[in-house]
Parts: sequence; C-alpha cells; structure tokens
Amino acid sequence: MSVTVTNLTKKYQTQRAVDNISFEVKTGEVLGFLGPNGAGKTTTMKIITGFMAPSDGDAKVNGISVLEDPDKVKPLIGYLPESNPLYQDMPVLEYLQFVAELQNVPKNKVQDRIAQMVKVCGLNVEKHKKINELSKGYKQRVGLAQALIHDPEILILDEPTTGLDPNQIVEIRNLIREIGREKTVILSTHILPEVEATCDRILIINDGKIVADGTSESLRKQAQGQEVLKVGISEAENKDQVIEAIQKLDTVAMVDPIKDENFTFLVNSKNDASSRKEIFQMCVKNNWVLFELTPIETKLEDIFRELTTN
Amino acid sequence: MKPIWIIAKREFRTFFDSLAAYILLVVFLGLSGFFTWLFGSDIFFIGQATLMPFFSVAYWTLFFFIPALTMKMLAEEKRSGTLELLLTKPITDWQIVVGKFLSVLMLIGVALLLTIPYYISVSMLGPIDHGSVWSGYIGMLLMSAAFTSIGLFASSITNNQIVAFLLALFVGVFFLIIFDVLASSFTGTIAYFFNYLSLSTHYESISRGVMDSKDLIYFFSITAIGLLLADTVLSKRNIVE
Repeated sequence: MSVTVTNLTKKYQTQRAVDNISFEVKTGEVLGFLGPNGAGKTTTMKIITGFMAPSDGDAKVNGISVLEDPDKVKPLIGYLPESNPLYQDMPVLEYLQFVAELQNVPKNKVQDRIAQMVKVCGLNVEKHKKINELSKGYKQRVGLAQALIHDPEILILDEPTTGLDPNQIVEIRNLIREIGREKTVILSTHILPEVEATCDRILIINDGKIVADGTSESLRKQAQGQEVLKVGISEAENKDQVIEAIQKLDTVAMVDPIKDENFTFLVNSKNDASSRKEIFQMCVKNNWVLFELTPIETKLEDIFRELTTN
Repeated sequence: MKPIWIIAKREFRTFFDSLAAYILLVVFLGLSGFFTWLFGSDIFFIGQATLMPFFSVAYWTLFFFIPALTMKMLAEEKRSGTLELLLTKPITDWQIVVGKFLSVLMLIGVALLLTIPYYISVSMLGPIDHGSVWSGYIGMLLMSAAFTSIGLFASSITNNQIVAFLLALFVGVFFLIIFDVLASSFTGTIAYFFNYLSLSTHYESISRGVMDSKDLIYFFSITAIGLLLADTVLSKRNIVE
C-alpha cells in the first residue's frame, strides 16, 4: 500500500512547521525521515496518521484521503508516536488486549496476535508486569507491539530506537527490515547510521521543506558530484613526477598531495568518470607500487549538515 | 458502539486498579450511612421511614467525588500523549468522550446499588414511600450524569488535573447554589430563568417523586451539552484554518 503526500502544509500561528511538501512511499519501501529537531517530521507523521489536520494539502493512503475518510485509513496504519505514550498503570498483556480490541482484531484471533507480538518483540519475561515497572527499552517494545498488533499494511514509527541499548537497536532494526519487506514503513530518526542500516530511501527535511530525497548512495553522489580517490604510490623518484603523471590522465580533473603523508594524493576525477583503472595502469607502466587506492565517500553526516544548516 | 464499550470497560477497570473506586465506595457508603443512621437529622431523629437524609448527603458527596473521577480522564491523556495513541486508532473523539462518561456512570451505579441495603432496612422500620425512593435514585443518577459531563468538559480544556477538578467544582457550584441564590434575589422572568438553570430545583422536584418531563429535559440537555463541548474541544486540533 502506498502513502502519497501532496502539498502538505501545517501552520502553527505564523510559523510553517510543514511547508508544502509532497512525496510518495511505495509498498515494501522503508522510508527514512531525517531532519534536525523541529524540522516538521513529527508533524507530518501526525497528519498522515489522522491525529492532526493539515492547514493545506492532503495525505492519501492507498488512494484514500486521511482528511475525508479517516475511519477507513486509520485501521491500515500502525503508529508509534514520538514519546511512546502508554497507559502506565496497565499490565502489558491487558494493554495489548485493549489495543487489539480497539483495532478490531477478530475476537478469536486476539490471543494469537498478542502471543505473536510478545514473541516478536521479546516481551515474554515482562509480559505480566505493569508498564510503569518496565525499563525504557521494554516500554519501547510494548509501543512497537501495540503498533503492530493488527498487522497493519503501513507502519509509521517516530524515532523507534530512542532509549534502546545497542543490542536492542540492532534487534529492532532487523525487525523493521523484516516488516519492510512486505509492508510500507515510514520512520523518523536522528541517528544517521540507522537510516543507512534500515531504509531503502531517505528524505531529508529542514524547516518544513524537503531538501533531499533518494537512496543513501544517490544522495552521496549528488552531494559529491565526482569521484574522489586517495592514492598512495611508492618506488617513484619524486612527488612531482607522480603528480605530473596522474595529471596527464584523461579522466583526472585535479591532483593534490596530502600534506603529512608522503607519496599520497587526493585525486578528483572528472564528472561521471572513474580514474581507478587508469591509475593502476599508469603505475604498472612506470613500475611504481600502488599501495593505496581508496574511494573517499562523503559521509551521510556531512550531507546532512550541509543540507540542514544555513 | 463497540469502541465506546471498549473505552468504558478500560476506564472502569482503571478505577479499581488505582484504588479510586474503593475510596469512592467506602467514603460514599460511610458518609451517607453515618448521616442516615447515626448523626444529625438521621432517620431516628426524624422518626420517619424515609431515605431523604441519605439522598441529601449522597448529593453533596457526589458533587465532590465526580470531579475527582473525571479530572484526569482527558487532561491526563492529553498530558501524557496517550490521547494521540487513542485517536490514531479507529475511534472517534465522540466515542472516547462517551466511553469515559459511561465508565463514571457505571461506577456511580455500583455505589448506588450498594446502598440498596439501606433502603431495605429502612423499609423494614416502617411504612416507606417506595415511589419517592426510586425517584430519588433516578434523580441521583441524572445529577451524576450532568456532573460527569461537566467534569469531562473541564478535563478536556486543560492538561492539568487540578485545574480540571477546580473548574468542574466551580461550574458545579453555579448549578447547585449560585443560580438558586440568584433566582431568589430577582423577581419575574429573570428569577424564573435562574430558577430553571438551577440544578437543585430540578433535583428536588424529581426526588419528591414528581417525574416532570421539564426536569428530565433539563438533565439530559446539561449532560448532552457537557459531552458535546468536551468533544468539540478535543476536535479543535483538527480544525483547518
């Protein structure tokens, strides 16, 4: 099932929390929603889930408008809100039963679904405790379990891994990946490696506007524009000789020696060209030893910082 | 209908999980029993087989207790964010409000059921006007419904439970006392107007055993208005400017 957002705008008084954004998420796609605090991620999610009405524009799930037909859209969505609100004084099992009933899970399947959620989210040890007795990580799992209990086609997770320890984060990521194979997932996060680990597509949003949209590879390419290689060459007589030789290659745009390392260079290729083969062949021809040839990737952090700071 | 029942069931269970229900029942039965049987103008003092002393105490006990039950119902859900969780499920604002309303009424119902032994023992002491007892109970339920909806409205406009509690009491005082006082200090149409607004007037006429449609309409409208206002305040987040 797809989620389509068109020209969505949400104003709080004079501030535009979400400013005319449009995007589409296809079935089986895991979309990572990135952006600094207050960029409008949570607001967008609240609108898609039908909690809040937009000032303008619309969100459609499988072609059904959230604004016009919230009753048809809501059952399709599993939602984990940002601060993971839960009824603290309810025992885990009772709470899951409550949510299952609200989500119209058929009566004879309620217990099955609860058992499955307890298993999938690893709640077995804690299932009889009251929610306020659980650690933050377990609360987060309960939040995830309630979002998944009716087997929704679309999963919207607002910062699903906050408060989890590294092991739990890996578990939850795997879980999201697995769910994302068949279902549509939208998740927001600040943690950049998380996006790379779980998401098929990244949407970076800043000041309510979409500033980047693509896979992590395509974003890198877009940010970098051209290939940058770190090249280390030894057995040559002097630096200048090497620089000159590299410069002569057709694909190379620019060469820079790296200051503190001898015989190591940064090689920028021309747009849409790669110089790896040429550099290797050049070394063979001159009887030089190529001891390093590493592509330098722009980190997602750099892209993020570049796009979201003014 | 089903979502309303799911909400009501959960709230009702929460009362019993959080001791609130037990405290209400014990204090309600204790206070009303004390004044019915042992102290002040109790039935032995009056020398009549009547439940009037019970009803007048219960009336004031519920006046304080109902806001205490309703104060957290929407305010706390808003503060902790669980309202967002609820409203993104297939349920409407109205169903949530009505579900919560029913749960309070159910608890009051249980409290009133537990006072049936008072009724039975008083009726064994002498001839009792059964009609006025039943209308007293009905009046009690109608009054509770009105207070509950006022309490829910108060709870819907704030995130703070104490504010919700005080606001509900404040509005309650108007209906219970102030309109009455105003009615007696004016004459003519204005007096009639305030007299009509006063909850105590309508309550008294019902508890005397007179089931007038005017009184029923009064209680039903207060209840409906309170619930509708609470629903409106909740849905305000959805208004497209």
